[in-house]
Amino acid sequence: MTILIGLLAGTLFGAGLFISGMMDPEKVIGFLDLFGNWDPSLMFVMGSALVVTVPAFKFILQRKKPFFNDAFTLPIKVNLDKPLIVGAAIFGIGWGLYGYCPGPAISSLASLNTAGFIFVPSMLVGMWFANRVS
Amino acid sequence: MNPDFINATIGGVMIACSVIIMMSLLGRVTGISGIVWQAVKIDQTEVNKIWRPAFIVGLIAGPVLVHYLLGWEFPIAKSNNIWLIILSGVLVGFGTKLGAGCTSGHGVCGIGRFSLRSLIATVVFMSTGILTVAVVNNL
Repeated sequence: MTILIGLLAGTLFGAGLFISGMMDPEKVIGFLDLFGNWDPSLMFVMGSALVVTVPAFKFILQRKKPFFNDAFTLPIKVNLDKPLIVGAAIFGIGWGLYGYCPGPAISSLASLNTAGFIFVPSMLVGMWFANRVS
Repeated sequence: MNPDFINATIGGVMIACSVIIMMSLLGRVTGISGIVWQAVKIDQTEVNKIWRPAFIVGLIAGPVLVHYLLGWEFPIAKSNNIWLIILSGVLVGFGTKLGAGCTSGHGVCGIGRFSLRSLIATVVFMSTGILTVAVVNNL
C-alpha cells in the first residue's frame, strides 16, 4: 500500500512541477531575477500550494495518527541554528546558478536531457559531503 | 489572465494535493531533498521505507504523463556548461542536506505548518538565489 501511496503522491508532485513551470530552469532564473527582467508567475506555485496546505495540515494534524502509519513523523528541531542558515544560503546559491532545486532536478530526468543526469549525481555527492562534515 | 499564472496555480495545487496525501496517509513531510537522501542512504534500519523510491519513480513518471497525455514539450536545458551544472548540483545537495530541506520541505511543508526554521530557511535561500542571479547577470 505504501508503494502505491508514494507512487501516486510522487506522480502528482512531478506533474505539478512540470505544469507549474518549476521544471524549466530558464523560468526559475527569471523568477529569481528580481532586480532584472522579473517573471513573478512562479510565486503562484508556492502561493497556491500554501493556500491549500495550511488549512489541510491544521485539519490533518488534529488526528492522532495518519491513515496508513502508526504516527506522524515531523521535524523535531525548533531552534534556529547555524547549519540551517548556512545550508539554506548555500542551497540558494546553487539554485540561482542553474535553476534546479531537488524536485525539478529529479523530474527533469523524464526529459532525458543530459543536464539532469549530471545534476542529480552531483547533488548526491553534495549531500554525501554535507553528511560527512556535519 | 496570463496563462503562466494559471498553470503555476494549477501546478501549485497539484503539489499541495501530493503533500496532503503524504501527510494524511503516511504522516510524512514531503521534502524532496530528504526523500532522495533517505532513499539512497545505505546504512538504514528503518522499516517500511519503500514509499521513498516509489515517490521518486512518480516524480519522473508525472512529467512523462504530462508530456504524453497533454502533449507538453519538455523544457530545454538552460545551459550545457558541464562545470556549471556540477557546481550547481553539488551546492544544492550540500546546502539542502546541511540546511535540512529544500523548496518543498521548507517552502511548502514547513511554512505550511508555521515552522519558524522553515520560514527563515526559505527567506535565506530565496535571498541568496536572487543575489546569485543578480551577480551572474551582471558579470
